[in-house]
Amino acid sequence: MSRSTLAVQVGVLARRSVVRTLRQPAMVVPSLVFPLILLAINSSGLGSATRLPGFPSDSYFQFALAIPFVQGALFSANSAGTNVASDIESGFLNRLALTPLRRVALMMGQLAGILALGLIQATTFVVIGVAFGSGIAAGVPGALVIVALSMVISLAFGCIGAFVALRTGSGEAVQGVFPLFFAALFLSSMALPRNLIETDWFRTVADWNPVSYMLEAIRSLVISGWDGQALALGFACAGGLALVALVAASAALRTQMART
Amino acid sequence: MSRGSFWSVARAVAWRNAHNFFTNPAMVIPAVMFPMFFFIAFAGGLSRVDQVPGFDYDAGYTTFVYGFVLLQASTFGGIFTGFSVARDFESGFSRRLFLAAQRHGGIVAGYWLSALTRAVFTVAVITVVALVAGLNVNGNVVDLAGLYTMAVLLNATAMLFGTGIAMRLRTMQAGPAMQMPAFLLLFLAPVWVPYDLLTGWVQTAASVNPITLVLEAGRGFLSGDPTKVLPAFGVGLLLVSVTALWARGGLRSAERAA
Repeated sequence: MSRSTLAVQVGVLARRSVVRTLRQPAMVVPSLVFPLILLAINSSGLGSATRLPGFPSDSYFQFALAIPFVQGALFSANSAGTNVASDIESGFLNRLALTPLRRVALMMGQLAGILALGLIQATTFVVIGVAFGSGIAAGVPGALVIVALSMVISLAFGCIGAFVALRTGSGEAVQGVFPLFFAALFLSSMALPRNLIETDWFRTVADWNPVSYMLEAIRSLVISGWDGQALALGFACAGGLALVALVAASAALRTQMART
Repeated sequence: MSRGSFWSVARAVAWRNAHNFFTNPAMVIPAVMFPMFFFIAFAGGLSRVDQVPGFDYDAGYTTFVYGFVLLQASTFGGIFTGFSVARDFESGFSRRLFLAAQRHGGIVAGYWLSALTRAVFTVAVITVVALVAGLNVNGNVVDLAGLYTMAVLLNATAMLFGTGIAMRLRTMQAGPAMQMPAFLLLFLAPVWVPYDLLTGWVQTAASVNPITLVLEAGRGFLSGDPTKVLPAFGVGLLLVSVTALWARGGLRSAERAA
């Protein structure tokens, strides 16, 4: 099969995925509104935490601005998983299996909707962050890097959602796994910097949790400017997770297509 | 076969819903995990917040967070029961139930008993986790009775509110309409720090939020220093009364549609 045919396949499926995602307000709106509501509440509710010695910013809003990017990506996992599960449950995947469609095209096409959603989320959060007084210390290029990293994070969690859907073939299973994604966010340096976390076991979990490094990479660009180490760790964690999840999802897709 | 009396209807509805809940991992897991993650994340991750100048709660931060999570779990036990009511309408079960039951009030009572069962289960799990994590209960038996009565009042309020919506709209799509007000009321209270340490618009919202009184009283019971008890119980009873009227209106609406 020629490269151009592959591009056409990816293009068609990507268009379907993007349109399907954006046509479902129930998927787009909560992924924007919930993170912003939590940001608004947390930044006022925990404003006094900035009085702790060693807190990196005098604005909790600025500190917490990184959270919606990851939280939005968690919603992407749910969206991706639900869409893939719906394709399996409705028999769409069965019908595709009868065509000469390449698996890689199917996978890339499915994930295009998640990347589109990630782009909308990240742009919205950056704009709202700036509008409500949180400057981006790394400037406009920093904002672009935040958007790029945010999309990689969305891709990573989206692939995990797709993997769960392909392994189980059930939208209910995807919904059941959703709380576990939130555990990854909660057990990170979400609410305080790691060096200010007092509880030993929690700090250890946060140290090993890749979500901490994703948050800290975004946070570094917002609060302190260009921090090569934080960015390298953030991109490595998000990219590594995306790669592992993509390979796992592709393997699950192979099994799923073989079953059909 | 005779049509059921109030309590036989209530028992049957409660048993069915409790059975559905405990035999469905998709219901049990989120009900337990969400409050537990909140507890673990904030009691563990934010524990240093009790060193912020002005943070005066002797029982410690774990206990401070437990006070919130307990009320949160009770409230969501009620809200999730509202989801079950909506599901029963969508599946057509409620229509059959309305035909079979003589005393329709027993249906609402049954849903509340199942909401209470859910909340008791979730709170029990969270309490065990909290005790392992270092929960300090300085209050005596009477204080604890006050605390858990407060939780029961919030559970009933949330269930009656959710049921009122579910019986009017009769669709699962009403879920956000049940969840969002409860979520906002809970989180616009002094969740992570005492009221005096709140800043900005959240402090203004907390000052008019009735849940603030309930939460402060609950935390007072836990620390053995009861505070604002009468106003908090007054608010709790008022919330139950108002939402009972709301649920009654919903029941009438569902009866007309049945």
